[in-house]
Amino acid sequence: MLTELAQTLINGLLSGAQLAIPAIGFTTIYAVLRFPSFAVASHATIGAYAGFVANVWLGWPAGVALFAAFLVAGAFGVVTDELVLRRMRPAGPLTVAIGSAALTIVLENLVRFCFGNDQRGYDLPVLRDWRIGDLRLGPEQVEAAAAAALAMAVLFLFLAFTRTGKMMRAVADNPTLAGLKGIDANKVARLANFVGMGLAGFGGMLIGLDTAIDPLTGFRVVLSVFAAAVVGGLGSIPGAVLGAFVVGVGEEASVLVLDPSYRTAVGFVAILVVLTLRPRGLLGERAY
Amino acid sequence: MENYLVAMAVFAGLYGLMALGLNVIWGLAGMVNLGLVGFFAIGAYASALLTVRHGWPIIGGCVAAVVLSALAGLVVAVITARLKGDYLAIVTLGFAEVIRLIAANQVSFTGGTSGISNIPAPGRGLLTPLGFNLVFAAIVWVTIAVVALLLGRLSSAPFGRVLRAIREDEMIAAVAGKRVLLFKVQAFAIGAGVLGLAGALYAHFNAYIAPDAFQPLITIYIVLALTAGGTGTMRGAILGSILVVALTEGTRFIGAYTPWLSPVQIASVREAVIGVALILALTFRPQGLLPERASHHRLEVS
Repeated sequence: MLTELAQTLINGLLSGAQLAIPAIGFTTIYAVLRFPSFAVASHATIGAYAGFVANVWLGWPAGVALFAAFLVAGAFGVVTDELVLRRMRPAGPLTVAIGSAALTIVLENLVRFCFGNDQRGYDLPVLRDWRIGDLRLGPEQVEAAAAAALAMAVLFLFLAFTRTGKMMRAVADNPTLAGLKGIDANKVARLANFVGMGLAGFGGMLIGLDTAIDPLTGFRVVLSVFAAAVVGGLGSIPGAVLGAFVVGVGEEASVLVLDPSYRTAVGFVAILVVLTLRPRGLLGERAY
Repeated sequence: MENYLVAMAVFAGLYGLMALGLNVIWGLAGMVNLGLVGFFAIGAYASALLTVRHGWPIIGGCVAAVVLSALAGLVVAVITARLKGDYLAIVTLGFAEVIRLIAANQVSFTGGTSGISNIPAPGRGLLTPLGFNLVFAAIVWVTIAVVALLLGRLSSAPFGRVLRAIREDEMIAAVAGKRVLLFKVQAFAIGAGVLGLAGALYAHFNAYIAPDAFQPLITIYIVLALTAGGTGTMRGAILGSILVVALTEGTRFIGAYTPWLSPVQIASVREAVIGVALILALTFRPQGLLPERASHHRLEVS
């Protein structure tokens, strides 16, 4: 029993680490642009497929292909925002949110048009699970969690110490004041989209590494991603990380008592509980 | 061909009914609902289960569908009404997905992925398929007329004015002494009830329901219908629904002109067209084709 609980905790933390990446992406865009972008679903899928092309078609190692996932999804994020969502911003955040849902449908079908509905797998060396006592660890999962931790560290350093990172935080904190200081809001918006959607793509590939990918890969995890961000506090990056671990462990723990197909419902329940008890999330809505 | 057209008239009517329901929630009260397909599903399952398993009359099933989905709307609204719209968008989307999960996995209750079949409908089997479709189209469009009339009354009554005030500025409505939370919850429940009624009619018309029928894409159809037609007006909701059916069915013929595309590719183009249409509507004509008219005369400023 104790082993089972420990195993659940480990699995939950590992999947939470993967979930944290797209959750940070979602919350970054929210912090700067102030709307919940449903397009993280399609960008996670685009990242997963970009990584697939790099890994399987071009033969790059999976670790390098993750960069392709980040860059391609980030580029799509900037371009689609510039072409589609930016024009809706004057109409208010809810219009942009609905627009991002429409955008997700278009991009998801673009992926379906190019790659079909078939499941695709990455080209990974088959490794045996590590055993520590009675506990088992999947090397792929540990590597994915390590990649997630690395990405989080880089993001933290970027936001904490670089000039551009500070600009982003300033806009997230107080856009008017940032504008007075001469920070170009459009430039920061583009940057937030690139980083946010890039992380969504990176996370999409990380999650895909576990199993296989198809055009609905992003949509399937998007509820957990939203849950992580809302539980931690919409717009808060440490909150998104904390929320991702809560949701990850919760999802794994639910399998002990519920049918595994109800995993994705855990995120929804977590949202309801947190919104009822602590409407601004565990860590509040501060950006960093 | 006539048969097909009449069936499409039924679907336009069902979408119209859903758009009317969404209009109360979003158009009048300004609350976003990206999970409306969940309320539609609750209505469909309620009426299907009660009529098939428990021998209820169809009309009883429909009433139960309205009541149950309105109750679900009430619960969702009570939890979220104090929060900002961002959260409402996320919660409603999650709600619809959870409803679909339950429908797919509570096999003994909902029939799981194999769904529920042999759902009764007036005249099925007695009439020719065309006759049946005509009867059902009449039922649906009479229902729409009645619902539109009732909601129209509601919208021009003080209740509707309060909702619009809340939509424009919650704070001012509250300062004017309106109980904002109560109005929002009522609007959400009424809208959800209409969505549930549409679901019940769909179940009886189709004779068969399964979780796959309640995809988030349906929500996008209805949001598109209301946006294209004009949020805030009953006429706009109905016009928009006819346009959406014309669009989804019109693109069915893409395949005939593009033989080099695979069926999956054609399906993806058809879905993408809906997304593109919604983006275009939001960008270029967010007020819709039949925009809401200001109900008062402009003040002459001297």
